[in-house]
Amino acid sequence: MVQCSAHLDATFAALSDVTRRGVLEQLGDSHASISDLAQRFHMSLTGMKKHVSVLEQAGLVTTEKVGRVRTCKLGPRQLEEEAAWIESHRQLWSARFDALDQLVEQMKREEKVDVRTKRK
Amino acid sequence: MSVQSENSAVATNPTAVERKSDRELLVTRTFDAPLHIVFEAWSTPELFKSWWVPKSVGMSLVSCDMDIRTGGSYRLQFRHPSFEQPMTFFGTYQEVTPNKRMVWTNEESDDGAVTTVTFEAHGDKTRVTLHELYPTTAALEEALAGSAEGLPEQFAQLDALLARRS
Repeated sequence: MVQCSAHLDATFAALSDVTRRGVLEQLGDSHASISDLAQRFHMSLTGMKKHVSVLEQAGLVTTEKVGRVRTCKLGPRQLEEEAAWIESHRQLWSARFDALDQLVEQMKREEKVDVRTKRK
Repeated sequence: MSVQSENSAVATNPTAVERKSDRELLVTRTFDAPLHIVFEAWSTPELFKSWWVPKSVGMSLVSCDMDIRTGGSYRLQFRHPSFEQPMTFFGTYQEVTPNKRMVWTNEESDDGAVTTVTFEAHGDKTRVTLHELYPTTAALEEALAGSAEGLPEQFAQLDALLARRS
C-alpha cells in the first residue's frame, strides 16, 4: 500500500508539469523520439531527456533505444492513471449527489404532507 | 464497474463520470424524485448549500452568495483541512431555464470550465446530466488531478482501488 501511494506521488509529480502533460498527449497520438519531442516543445535535448526520465520513472512512458535513436511511447500506467483520476472525481460527485438524494427524499415527503394538509 | 456498488453504503442510484472528449466531462445521475423537486434543490441557494459541499469529503462552506437567474452571479468559499486558505469559486449564470437547464461559468481561473446541468423527467424520476467543458485539455486534466489531490480521504480509497487493480 505504501509502495502504491509512493507510486501515485511519483505519478502526480510527473503530471504536475505542463510540458510533461504535453508530451503524454503527444505520445498518445504517436510514438516519438526524444529529439522529435525536444523540437516540438522548443527545448534542448538535455531538457527533454530530463522530462522523459521523470515520466519514465513514474511508469507513464517507456523508451527504447534502437541504434542512436531513443523512441518514447506511453507506458502501461497511462490508462490506469486516467481511470484513477476519473474515479476520484466520481467519488466527489457521488458524495455530493448522495447528499442531494437525501434532500430530495425529504422534500418529496414534505410535499406529500403539504398536499394532504391542503386537501383537509 | 464493481467499484460503484462497494462505495455506496445505501442503495442509491449510481453516479457515472465519463470523459466525453479531450475537453469535456460528463457526470450523470438519476434521482427518485419528480423534476420540479430536483430543480428546486439546485436553484434555491438555501437548499443548494446543504448538499453541494458534502461533509464526507471534509469540506465546509465559509460563505455563499448565489443570484440564480440568467445573468446572475455566484461566489462560494470553501474550507478544506489540507489547505490553509479558503478556496473561492465564482462565476456567472449564463442561462437558468426553470425545470430544464442551468449553465454557469467558473471564472476563478482562466482554466475554469463552463458547466451545463440538464434536467430530464423519466416518469416520476429525474435524470441530471452535468456537462463540464474546459478551455483546454490541460485544464481538464488539472481539474481531475485536483479532485484527487484535494481529497485525501478519497485518495486513500483511490490507493485501495489501484491496489486491487494491480
